[in-house]
Amino acid sequence: MRLYLKFFSLHLKSQMQYKTSFFLTALGQFLGAFTSFLGIYFMFMRFHTLEDFSFGQALLCFAVILMAYTMAEMLGRGFDLFPQMLGNGEFDRALVRPMNIVFQVLAAKMDFSRFGRLMQAILVFCYAIPNSGVVWTGDKILTLCLMVTCGSLVFFGLFLVYAAFSFFTVEGLEFMNVFTDGGREFGRYPFSVYGKNILRFLTFVIPLALFQYYPLLYLLDREQSVLYMLLPLVALLFLLPCYAFFRLGLRRYKSTGS
Amino acid sequence: MITLQNICKTFRVAKRQAGFGHAVKALFSREYELVHALQDVSFRIYDGEMVGYIGPNGAGKSTTIKIMCGILTPDSGVCDVDGRTPWRERVAHVREIGVVFGQRSQLWWDVPIIDSFELIRDIYKVENRLFQNTLDELAALLDLGEILKTPARSLSHGQRMRCEIAASLLHQPKTLFLDEPTIGLDATAKIAFRQFIKKLNAEHGTTVILTTHDMQDIEALTGRILLIGNGRILLDGSLADLKKHASESKTLIVEYVGAMPALCDGMTLSEAKEGRIVVTVDPSALSVSDAIIRLAAQTELLDVSVSGASSEEMVAALYKEYRI
Repeated sequence: MRLYLKFFSLHLKSQMQYKTSFFLTALGQFLGAFTSFLGIYFMFMRFHTLEDFSFGQALLCFAVILMAYTMAEMLGRGFDLFPQMLGNGEFDRALVRPMNIVFQVLAAKMDFSRFGRLMQAILVFCYAIPNSGVVWTGDKILTLCLMVTCGSLVFFGLFLVYAAFSFFTVEGLEFMNVFTDGGREFGRYPFSVYGKNILRFLTFVIPLALFQYYPLLYLLDREQSVLYMLLPLVALLFLLPCYAFFRLGLRRYKSTGS
Repeated sequence: MITLQNICKTFRVAKRQAGFGHAVKALFSREYELVHALQDVSFRIYDGEMVGYIGPNGAGKSTTIKIMCGILTPDSGVCDVDGRTPWRERVAHVREIGVVFGQRSQLWWDVPIIDSFELIRDIYKVENRLFQNTLDELAALLDLGEILKTPARSLSHGQRMRCEIAASLLHQPKTLFLDEPTIGLDATAKIAFRQFIKKLNAEHGTTVILTTHDMQDIEALTGRILLIGNGRILLDGSLADLKKHASESKTLIVEYVGAMPALCDGMTLSEAKEGRIVVTVDPSALSVSDAIIRLAAQTELLDVSVSGASSEEMVAALYKEYRI
């Protein structure tokens, strides 16, 4: 952990060398996410409710997904840039260091300019938390925290899968973006609005709904069971196959070297 | 001690021909070609040895180094480095080795070198006092001084290379792998680098394994040469052994005034200019001193220089001999 903080401060130091670029990228990130926000806003201007979710409630979803995704991306950027690391031999360097590989890839890249998007998520939370009609008790606050942290870990798992794929092929990795970027964009609304089958897929295969839709029902008192509150934790099981897949890719890399 | 026994490694490389049609075809069915990167490679390197590992591009040098570093797993064969199998005990293994990839940096681009070094200290969990001592020693030997406070991006290639070498030695590895370390360095930097490695080997007994295309590196540093070609070890011996394989012929460069001297048996003309000829002498037919006497008898010689084949030429001849 101490070592991670060390990496963290080095990355911060490096990126602060280029302050203008840093703030412009952050601004760009903010504006990019802002268009998504406007999308929701205009949608609700016209229809007022969406499958009996109000504007404030949808914004809660939006903020959870945005924050979870952004945190995963900020800290797990190494996996996003993994094909590059493989290509330029940086990964070979990691293999001759006496440390866990996943940790090294994690620590190798961090992108703080995403904080523009993070700011947006915080702002949206500031609006959505009082306007969602949720009665904020201790367990509700805990649920929200679980949604964000577990969500970012699930996204992180997806990045891990993305990286693992790049052990096998360098082409056609774009399809993974359907789940990562796609998850972020579609997650602006509660996943139930996309229909039963999609919801089922996002529950059992790629558990994005486990930290978004179900705990939201708990927040809104539509489901009373504590299970709904704890489902984000269940979603963490997703990390196991992700990690296993990464190890498999690593094994293959070590035997093919490409 | 490093022991490699019957190491084999085969890569499957996708075959693709040029042209759009083939590119489309490759989407659906790919043809693969087997490339035997290493075939039955065996050798043994003792503690404190300095070994030059040479061979043309694509001969299998990097593959061997990668196997010894634990980056690659071979298809078959045994590799044992001080009792460890590199790819099975990666973490324990890499703690004891240092690796310099001449063409890839391990330094952080935008922060002062010392920050990179301290990070490496933490990665290897080197105790602070020990680290300071090692750093002081390396800084003195490699003349790092002020450089340590400069970010890598504002250093020259030579300065950065010195830092790379220091970075690989901060944890005092027993074995040092240098993969084309002198590439792109100027003459002074190369000489300084060689002196440093020699000193390191003499004082700390570090085993050094060096791949290079610069034969002067080999001449200056290594007592032993491993020549690899097409995935096989072709020669394992000293520089003198290598020389035996090369032709014995000598080259005479003669500057003269007056008419161009006539050549006799055992001499062949390889270059002729007004007042200067280059003659190759085959010592089995004609001794060098006889050759000079013959030439001197015919005309007035201003300058004569005699040289054997350079190591570069020897290696080129060897590559030719083994058809690699």
